[in-house]
Amino acid sequence: MAQIAKLPSILVLEDGTVFHGTSIGKIGTTTGEICFNTGLTGYQEIFTDPSYFGQILVATVDHIGNYGISDEDIESNSIKIAGLVCKNFAHFYSRTKAKASIHEYFTEQNLVGIADVDTRQLVRHIRQRGAMNAIISSEILDVEELKKKVKEIPSMQGMELSSKVTTQEAYEVGMDNPGKKVAVLDLGLKQNILRCLLDRGLRLKVFPAKTSYQEMAAWNPDGYMLTNGPGDPASMPYAVDTVKDILANKVPVFGICMGNQILGRACGLDTFKMFNGHRGLNHPVKNLLTGRCEITSQNHGFAIKNEGLEAAGVEVTHVHLNDNTIAGIRVKNQKAFSVQYHPESNPGPHDSRYLFDDFVQSLN
Amino acid sequence: MPKDKSLRSVLIIGSGPIIIGQACEFDYSGSQAARALRAEGIEVSLINSNPATIMTDPVTADHVYLLPLTPASIEQILQERQIDAVLPTMGGQTALNLCIDVDELGIWEKYGVRIIGVDIHAIETTENREKFRQLMIELGIVVAPSKIANSFLEGKEASQEIGFPLVIRPSYTLGGTGGGFVHRKEEFDEALKRGLEASPTHEVLVEKAVLGWKEFELELLRDNKDDIAVICTIENFDPMGIHTGDSITVAPAMTLSDTCFQEMRNQSFRMLRAIGKFAGGCNVQFSVDPATEQIIAIEINPRVSRSSALASKATGYPIAKIAALLAIGYNLDELTNPITKTTSAFFEPTIDYVIVKIPRWNFDKFQGADHTLGLQMKSVGEVMSIGRSFQEAIQKACQSLETGRAGLGADGKQTRNLDLILDGLEHASSDRIFHIKDALALGVPVSSVQKITHIDRWFLLQLQDLVKTETEIRRFNVANLPKELIVEAKQKGFSDLQIAHLLGGDTTEDQVYAKRKELGVNRVYKMVDTCAAEFPSDTNYFYSTFDGENESIVTDKKKIIVLGSGPNRIGQGIEFDYSCVHGLLAAKESGYEAIMVNCNPETVSTDFDTADKLYFEPVFWEHLYELIEMEKPEGVIVQLGGQTALKLAEKLHERGINIIGTSFQDMDVAEDRGRFSDLLKSLDIPYPLYGVAETADEALEIAHKVGYPVLVRPSYVLGGQGMKIVINDEDLERAVVDLMGAMPGNRVLIDHFLDRAEEAESDSICDGEDVHIIGMMEHIEPAGIHSGDSSAVLPPFSLPDSVQDRMREYTKRLALALNIRGLLNIQFAIKDQKVYVIEANPRASRTVPFICKAYGVPYVNIATKVMLGVNKLKDFTIEEKLEGYAIKQPVFSFNKFPKVNKELGPEMKSTGEAILFIKDLQDKVFRELYKEKSMYLSK
Repeated sequence: MAQIAKLPSILVLEDGTVFHGTSIGKIGTTTGEICFNTGLTGYQEIFTDPSYFGQILVATVDHIGNYGISDEDIESNSIKIAGLVCKNFAHFYSRTKAKASIHEYFTEQNLVGIADVDTRQLVRHIRQRGAMNAIISSEILDVEELKKKVKEIPSMQGMELSSKVTTQEAYEVGMDNPGKKVAVLDLGLKQNILRCLLDRGLRLKVFPAKTSYQEMAAWNPDGYMLTNGPGDPASMPYAVDTVKDILANKVPVFGICMGNQILGRACGLDTFKMFNGHRGLNHPVKNLLTGRCEITSQNHGFAIKNEGLEAAGVEVTHVHLNDNTIAGIRVKNQKAFSVQYHPESNPGPHDSRYLFDDFVQSLN
Repeated sequence: MPKDKSLRSVLIIGSGPIIIGQACEFDYSGSQAARALRAEGIEVSLINSNPATIMTDPVTADHVYLLPLTPASIEQILQERQIDAVLPTMGGQTALNLCIDVDELGIWEKYGVRIIGVDIHAIETTENREKFRQLMIELGIVVAPSKIANSFLEGKEASQEIGFPLVIRPSYTLGGTGGGFVHRKEEFDEALKRGLEASPTHEVLVEKAVLGWKEFELELLRDNKDDIAVICTIENFDPMGIHTGDSITVAPAMTLSDTCFQEMRNQSFRMLRAIGKFAGGCNVQFSVDPATEQIIAIEINPRVSRSSALASKATGYPIAKIAALLAIGYNLDELTNPITKTTSAFFEPTIDYVIVKIPRWNFDKFQGADHTLGLQMKSVGEVMSIGRSFQEAIQKACQSLETGRAGLGADGKQTRNLDLILDGLEHASSDRIFHIKDALALGVPVSSVQKITHIDRWFLLQLQDLVKTETEIRRFNVANLPKELIVEAKQKGFSDLQIAHLLGGDTTEDQVYAKRKELGVNRVYKMVDTCAAEFPSDTNYFYSTFDGENESIVTDKKKIIVLGSGPNRIGQGIEFDYSCVHGLLAAKESGYEAIMVNCNPETVSTDFDTADKLYFEPVFWEHLYELIEMEKPEGVIVQLGGQTALKLAEKLHERGINIIGTSFQDMDVAEDRGRFSDLLKSLDIPYPLYGVAETADEALEIAHKVGYPVLVRPSYVLGGQGMKIVINDEDLERAVVDLMGAMPGNRVLIDHFLDRAEEAESDSICDGEDVHIIGMMEHIEPAGIHSGDSSAVLPPFSLPDSVQDRMREYTKRLALALNIRGLLNIQFAIKDQKVYVIEANPRASRTVPFICKAYGVPYVNIATKVMLGVNKLKDFTIEEKLEGYAIKQPVFSFNKFPKVNKELGPEMKSTGEAILFIKDLQDKVFRELYKEKSMYLSK
């Protein structure tokens, strides 16, 4: 196998911290909010998860790319992360199913990244200082210039990103399925949400993020799915209005991640930007309705504020066991519920798939 | 459900003597469980016949029963004490089996004792191969095609149906005992016979062999409401075909996709929920077809295991502790992660490093044994290493093994004989990993190595990449070696010694060390925190690597480093872990920050809360020295970690690093045969005539001078390795030639052997002024059998007072003359009432824990305080509590090596020991031992 030349790359954080490393993927420059994911498996699913749009991802697991890239492990049609920071980047891989190395994949998809970084040091830094912007460059090797550029990146707070990753046109899937019809409001959906719904016999129509209630209602759905997505929920009044209309019509709703935040806002709850957010495959959540716990896949930097629930007519159904943040809600006297985590997982545990069954049941 | 308040008193069953397949990992889990329960206010009783364990120490349990693991012993305890529940999941298969026996006898019920932490029916389901298979089929989980056989005929039929290669798995056995692969029809009859005989129920499973498939293990915890978390996923470097205890294993899984992993996770949950209702730890093994990613379930063990001990050390998550708390009623979401202290215990640890476990074998001790690895476990210990990449971790693991290697190859000890190498790849034995590296270094393509070994290509490519780095380093010398290349090499785990070898010429380890210090290439220390740094954690559990940030904050407290004993092996086992733990506790009590250095994942001394600071590192000079340079301790304790730690004393001394207790010069007198004999002579202490030979001719000359029979041995060895007793010139010549061939450069010691003598030993503590003899033991077996293989009786049972007085006198004389500060062990031979000193070991010996237990005195604690100089012997009031006698009985693992006869001699072969208390010499067991004392004596 060919030796791959090690070219320099630099990572500069908004607070001026500098990390030197090796270039991976395309030679170039990329910017975004830096965040870390602690998952040990499923890197390709993470790279293609639209919720990561605009974010530079730090992988804490110290080998990335060992089993290559396959056609099966994708959550959207392209890489969505803005950049990757990792420790050991695998130039060779081993898996019968794999089609390419992650190096080939990154190059083909023009992703800029940096390897050979002390990712643990970086994570400890972000853990203490909170989420912030960052720049990676393998073409500008002047640290001072990068420090200047990183200041120019807009903050994730107040940023609307769903419209950049949502589908352009509405489309139907599972037409042959015999079950109920569900309208999916695509705020940046992971493919596996659709797979989980299709597996349960549902017919789906996926609508762009800015679709109004009336347009979706014209298709006569039995329920609505609010998907995950990137950005600040406070910047998406259009989606909040849509969900308000759904609730007014008392139709079943199931929200995931961004969908949870939008449902909360539609009920009059506030959302906030977390210090660091939750990103990984090992997040403990307790279901307050059953008393049972589940290990969940999470990826969010915003959450619902734990204030004014009573007035909003909202009940907390799930809590995160590490920091007691709200992990799931349901609207009283409605068939509307949502979770802050990813029951569709991929990557991650399948402990929470029962929520899809609950949703299907609510359609009756 | 919160804690069950009706449980006030719990009995924990230990795993008994160390045997192959069941080692000190169960001391680790039992101790952790006992401490966890006591912290909950529960009174803990503990039964174990193994005196070398920490779990049987008063620091661990409220009531310790050093009794044989039998139903009678259990009944005795239940008569004496009100026990509410028994926790049988911490003592391996031995404890589970005893629990089932006692249950079948109705004893638990009779005394109203609940079984917690396991469901008896679950054990039955998992141990009965046929039941397990049926259950898996019901669950829709794929298992390898198999048939159960209770007779020879049924077995033959099964083999015809399934075809070769196949596996024979006996029911209800431990560590794969009696099991094995059968590749050809001709081998089948013998293998079947052995399998049936090994099973207590005369039952085997004949199963299709999935040789070459990938193998994974999941360590799980389940609570009372059925919530489950996967604590660790371990990938076997060696594919299916080699017992997981004999496989090199890696965590996290390196080549596992999320899809495949989640499928395994789901299946393991289904299996766990189907085998019964219980709260505690569980291990599930899977095999994966690399081509299709089809999964086959191999087995499920509803208890803590060797792998869960490894998983605890690998992730930092204390599985046994949490499992014990679940057993008394807690649920995972009610507990806090003891490492972060702020987050939930219900979560799945994630790691930002790689751990590699390599087993440690002792084939040299079993002459004639089949060295090939297979279904039956043969290793006696293991090492674990931690690095920031697989390459770093595997090289550190090789440095930890103490097999004289400086890493994975590139140290001048490689094999260049291609036939030998290729044979080593096909017939895996203890050195296969080195053979793989040698093959790649000689240019054998990865694809060929993969074809023979079936090891995943990713691992092989990683090893091949090491070869590339070596080639690169060879182009330089120490003066012009570029910094980037040093950094790369160090990040890939190369030791300074390996780099020196690659640079060639006369480059030394010290030169490379100096060079990288000059360039600022230093080790940093990273924390093991269960969560990849997501949450702050103040657990002082570290490993070294070469990366950006050092997380180990050096305090301004005065510090002591305790050196551990590395991997368990015959001659150096759990006893030294016992001593290290007590050394750490004593150092803490004396106001020091106690720092532990060791690489053995099975130990209590490497538990996250035993020392003030734990460095999970090879007990290897380079790592140790760099650590000492950073921590700057007051001194290093080398007396408690066996020969491994003691061996490092010379280098410590050379660098002016303070050795706590007896000085290097004095220890060296005891170790150097010539100087030691001179000392004995000057002290007027008799010793057997001896000589040192460098050639066979010299050996013959000495033998004639000292007179046959003679004891031949290499100088500086462990557990009598290579020792032989010979009676004539011809045998002597052969023995000397063998020794020099096996250990080139080693000199040979020739002692006159005191035929038909009796053996005895003493252990003592000396503070420079006083000598306190902590115990004197008489061996039941005659001289000629290694002390570790002898039944030692405390106090002596037949030696006349005059002889005992002389032993005491010699001990005192020697301890003072050797300026001992701390512990001293002396071996005696007694012939015709005359007492000879055979050897002196200036360190904690194998017998020290036994004496501590027999007399109920914390001698290691006292000895440590004496060597630290914080106390004198006269500060302690020592009260020996022993009625009658205590016997230390050796326990062997010969059944793992069917072709090896139980034959005892000067080379130690036992893997473990048990303690037996007897009231008087009329005791039946003692009479039996006494009668058979010469039965296994080798010719």
